[in-house]
Amino acid sequence: MITDFTPFPALLGGSLIGLAAVALMAFNGRIAGMTGIMTGLLPPFAADWGWRAAFLLGAIGAPILMVLAGGHTVAFESTAPAPWLIVGGLIVGVGVYFGSGCTSGHGVCGIARLSPRSIVATLTFMATAVATVFVVRHVLGGF
Amino acid sequence: MIRMLSAGAIGLVFGSGIAISGMASPAKVLNFFDIFGSWDPSLALVMAAALTVTAIGYRFVLKRPRPILEPKFHLPANRKLDLPLLAGSAAFGIGWGITGFCPGGAIPALGLGEPSAWIFVGSMLAGIAAARTIRVTLEQRVAPST
Repeated sequence: MITDFTPFPALLGGSLIGLAAVALMAFNGRIAGMTGIMTGLLPPFAADWGWRAAFLLGAIGAPILMVLAGGHTVAFESTAPAPWLIVGGLIVGVGVYFGSGCTSGHGVCGIARLSPRSIVATLTFMATAVATVFVVRHVLGGF
Repeated sequence: MIRMLSAGAIGLVFGSGIAISGMASPAKVLNFFDIFGSWDPSLALVMAAALTVTAIGYRFVLKRPRPILEPKFHLPANRKLDLPLLAGSAAFGIGWGITGFCPGGAIPALGLGEPSAWIFVGSMLAGIAAARTIRVTLEQRVAPST
């Protein structure tokens, strides 16, 4: 599948993600990492589940507001078949738990703090993602 | 209550950023990784912009004695480059490459009502819960007296 290179929405959206990361540290003193925030919402629930649930609801609500209230369209296309979504989801869940973070926590917040763990983690998951897409699309023939 | 309102509003900004940048769409993410095929460099610009804003913003914020709504900053203390970090991150990249979903992209995608996002997130939460059970079991085996 082909997607268009969209430099201006990418820069605007990326800046908003950065703004959210800075604001969550400034107000709530927290890393804006989706893995860490979600993990505290699974049993046994973290004592401070309130702000975590609120952040998640805000993140889910944003595209709803953009579509319903703003009349915008949000780009979405997924071609992976359901069994692969399930397998991939399990691998991602186990991976981000043991790896202590994902693209938002390590890739944005961690690298911004020049954390060696986050730099190594981000280089690692970017490399295995490139290798996986190469195998899926160009060796196995894709979905 | 004020902490929840703050986190909710900030979550809204985060989700808008993901949606506007196109990172809620697995196709766009996968095309960034497909260097040898239909390459779409958008994700690099999303990361570059997010990193620039965060790095500059953190410099000012972390100089303050404490956050506005909390007594202290919660920053990771672990500095070790260990096996769980490497193996976990490597696995995450494989799952990301299969599906095109990462946690930060998939959660806002739930709001689009797309079945694939719901299937992925359900499975990912099961994966996190399973991993936590594995870690707790292993730690109990290593230190049975505690």
